Amino acid sequence: MATTPTSTPPPKTNRIGLTVLDYRGSKTTLCAGCGHNAISERILDAMFEMGVKPEHVIKPSGIGCSSKTPAYFMSRAHSFNAVHGRMPSVATGAILANHKLIALGVSGDGDTASIGIGQFVHLMRRNLPIIYIIEDNGVYGLTKGQFSATADVGSKLKTGVINDLPPIDTCAMAVELGATFVARSFSGDKKQLHSMLKAAIAHRGTVMIDVVSPCVTFNDHEGSTKSYKFMKDHEEPLQDINFIPVFEEIDVEYDPGATVQVTMHDGSRLQLRKIEEDYDPTDRVRAITRLHEAREKNEVLTGVFYVNPNAPTFMDVLNVIDQPLTTLSESVVRPGKEVLNEVMEELR
Amino acid sequence: MATSDVALRESSGESERKRVVNNMSIQVATVNGSGSQSSNTVLLRSIFQMGVPVSGKNLFPSNIAGLPTWYTIRANKDGYIGRKKEIDFLVAMNPETAQEDVMSLAAGTAVLYDEPLNLNKLRSDLMFYGVPFDKITASVCPEAKLRKLVKNMVYVGVVAKLLDIDMGEIEKAIRKQFATKVKAANLNLGAAKAGFDYASASLTKHDPYFIQRMDKTAGKIIIDGNSAAALGCMFAGVTVVTWYPITPSSSLVETLIDYMKEYRITKEGKATFAIVQAEDELAAIGMVLGAGWAGARSMTATAGPGISLMSEFAGLSYYAEVPGVVWDIQRVGPSTGLPTRTSQGDILSTAFLSHGDTKHIMLIPSSVAECFSMAQDAFNLAEQFQTLVFVMSDLDLGMNNWMSDPFEYPTTPIERGKILTKEDLDRLGSFQRYKDVDGDGVGYRTLPGTDHPAAAYFARGSGHNEKAQYSERADDYEHNMERVNKKFETARSFVPRPEVITGKSKIGIIAYGTSHWGITEARDQMRNEYGIETDYLRLRAYPFTREVHEFIEKHDRVYVVEQNRDAQMLCLLKLDIRPELVTRLRSIAHIHGLPLDARSVTDELTSMEGK
Repeated sequence: MATTPTSTPPPKTNRIGLTVLDYRGSKTTLCAGCGHNAISERILDAMFEMGVKPEHVIKPSGIGCSSKTPAYFMSRAHSFNAVHGRMPSVATGAILANHKLIALGVSGDGDTASIGIGQFVHLMRRNLPIIYIIEDNGVYGLTKGQFSATADVGSKLKTGVINDLPPIDTCAMAVELGATFVARSFSGDKKQLHSMLKAAIAHRGTVMIDVVSPCVTFNDHEGSTKSYKFMKDHEEPLQDINFIPVFEEIDVEYDPGATVQVTMHDGSRLQLRKIEEDYDPTDRVRAITRLHEAREKNEVLTGVFYVNPNAPTFMDVLNVIDQPLTTLSESVVRPGKEVLNEVMEELR
Repeated sequence: MATSDVALRESSGESERKRVVNNMSIQVATVNGSGSQSSNTVLLRSIFQMGVPVSGKNLFPSNIAGLPTWYTIRANKDGYIGRKKEIDFLVAMNPETAQEDVMSLAAGTAVLYDEPLNLNKLRSDLMFYGVPFDKITASVCPEAKLRKLVKNMVYVGVVAKLLDIDMGEIEKAIRKQFATKVKAANLNLGAAKAGFDYASASLTKHDPYFIQRMDKTAGKIIIDGNSAAALGCMFAGVTVVTWYPITPSSSLVETLIDYMKEYRITKEGKATFAIVQAEDELAAIGMVLGAGWAGARSMTATAGPGISLMSEFAGLSYYAEVPGVVWDIQRVGPSTGLPTRTSQGDILSTAFLSHGDTKHIMLIPSSVAECFSMAQDAFNLAEQFQTLVFVMSDLDLGMNNWMSDPFEYPTTPIERGKILTKEDLDRLGSFQRYKDVDGDGVGYRTLPGTDHPAAAYFARGSGHNEKAQYSERADDYEHNMERVNKKFETARSFVPRPEVITGKSKIGIIAYGTSHWGITEARDQMRNEYGIETDYLRLRAYPFTREVHEFIEKHDRVYVVEQNRDAQMLCLLKLDIRPELVTRLRSIAHIHGLPLDARSVTDELTSMEGK
């Protein structure tokens, strides 16, 4: 029997003193039950828990339902809702300008795998520091439910139309092309996606996460391979994922013998408890093979397929000064008069 | 393909008797990939070093090796450096085109040719010099592999002898051309000397053309427009450059890379810039916008096909109000068109690039010095007005060598426009991204990474209100579009003003870009040959400034000279001027893909004037 008067406990703060409310966005305008809303929640939570300063984050996106979502989380971060399929280039430009920013790009399956496939491919091969999230529902939602290029063969639209072309596997492509953190999750798998996103934030390089995210309005019916039901029946997790940020003390929860541990660039640890024996997430060839095997077996394989925390990023390759280019003073970016004189002399 | 136009001239007998000094155009016909570019540059520089105003124009195929190419050097004591329609001296080194080249010449032209081509049999009204180039080359170049390249330096020596160009200057130019390659320099010098010696021993001069020392190039430089633009961008403080290779713009970025590597690396060896070759023009412009939005000075360089691809992003820049600079080195369209010929064909499409109501600021350089100075203007205006600024150069300006006064170091600081910092926000508390606070249509922006909870805004290409929130409301849309238009109106007072020369004439000429050089000469021709005085306005930017309207008001007839079929600039003028003035505008349009020459303008304008 408690007799002490209770008062509302102060809201929990993260390591930089912010509450989860500081990570909120505007109210979502997507359909109730849309998988994308769950993804927004997971991003928000992960950013909060990792203590990322919202002002240091940028949220570039393309066009489509998915690309609208940056409005629904982290209003204190700058967003750039660009043109269809071109988020990679906009994000690249922004990071070139200021590589201290944490880029969280949001795209969809139409935005990435069809109109934007060219930019997607080239983003992956540059290993630009960015978290690239595909909110993947297999349909074009905003134009009312046409198939996208990630729809599976035989998947059925509400109208009864059957998809007869093979899907593009964005994860297999990303591994092949050079992304250094490649994963797939399901918007309904709260724990997995949450850990994955936290690890993504700690990663230095291109993170590509394909999140299967059912479209409750146009692709959640019988016959769809991107519905909640289908995912519940066919999801095959590769590992149990746990992520320990460098600033947290919590120790290994997993049985060491069954755990693969990847030390991230910042010293934090990604722990993968094997469901599948001898899966090595640093083996690119194995990752691609395993993705193909899953397809053959009609499984939706989820988990972290590939990680390489130490590969040089695009900014390393470009040998850019540590200070953001946006902040360089005139004396740094405009060579002196003597330089012009020297050049003019050579041209005489 | 013949590149000279047959023009009336005095009979050959008469011109033979008269010495023609420092007034000629030399055309060299070769095969591309044969090293002729070096030879021609040496010839050009030697004349330049002798103090004679000179220009060089390369007419080349869209090909790497084996197709015909022509290089025209014009030396002119009066300083006319536009293309001259007539050819006075042909160097025929290309068996493929030699016959046609010779057949298209006007009577009295001098022809230096490779002896086995037997060109002297073709006509009796030209002045021929046959030279056994292969024999001479073999004597100075033991290595057979190199002979193809060295052969072209032999004609430099022959021309030097015939035109009286100082061999000391030739040597100096060769040493400069092969600056770090002493062996190559010596080999080429040997070839030039052999040509000179052969001409001294075996040729009798009977053409009237001579180069004589003057003092009109002292202190001047020679540079192409793309290199000048590259320098300008470096001194404008560009930090992000993204591009996709396309003729004739590639050399702009390639030169910029060289300059930046030399002058924009810190003591610690780090780059104060990022230059990225993108996967296509869509990505290039997307990166420009991303970087501009994040606060960098960003740019790309392209040509017509690239401009077409960039159109969607151009609209995003206009509507989301993101700065950036695009260099359009115009070439002949439509479609792939003639990639290695010059044009002013992107004016109209660039002015309104993208769907919906869009309008863009364009700057139009006509000289290498303006390529340099307008780079600063472009970046400053882009940030001042938070929008793309297009610099409309062309192939003639960008890829050809031009004589110029040395460039002046920028006198204006780098203007970053209306950017709110954390300190500003601490003071203000909040801001509205798209609110017209100052009455000039330009809102205040923040950059990503600004450490203030109220700094962020949502940039988007979809409908938005003053707070950058999504909005489909009619009043928000209208209000916003009117404000963006106001920016454009404000820009009229800030873009480079035209260069205006007015007297008492009722005839006005409006032109822009590289047409300037032909116009300058044509105005003198019309005055001297027809007694027609003309006034002249050279446009330097769009939107048009007040002076443009005043100029049209002042003249009964205004000839708008441009290098496109559809009188594109004239169309823009029509939209801008009072309706009753529209009938004063007349079009003189040139679409042959060669740099505009004075004679064509003179002929057309005088005939339209009933002369």
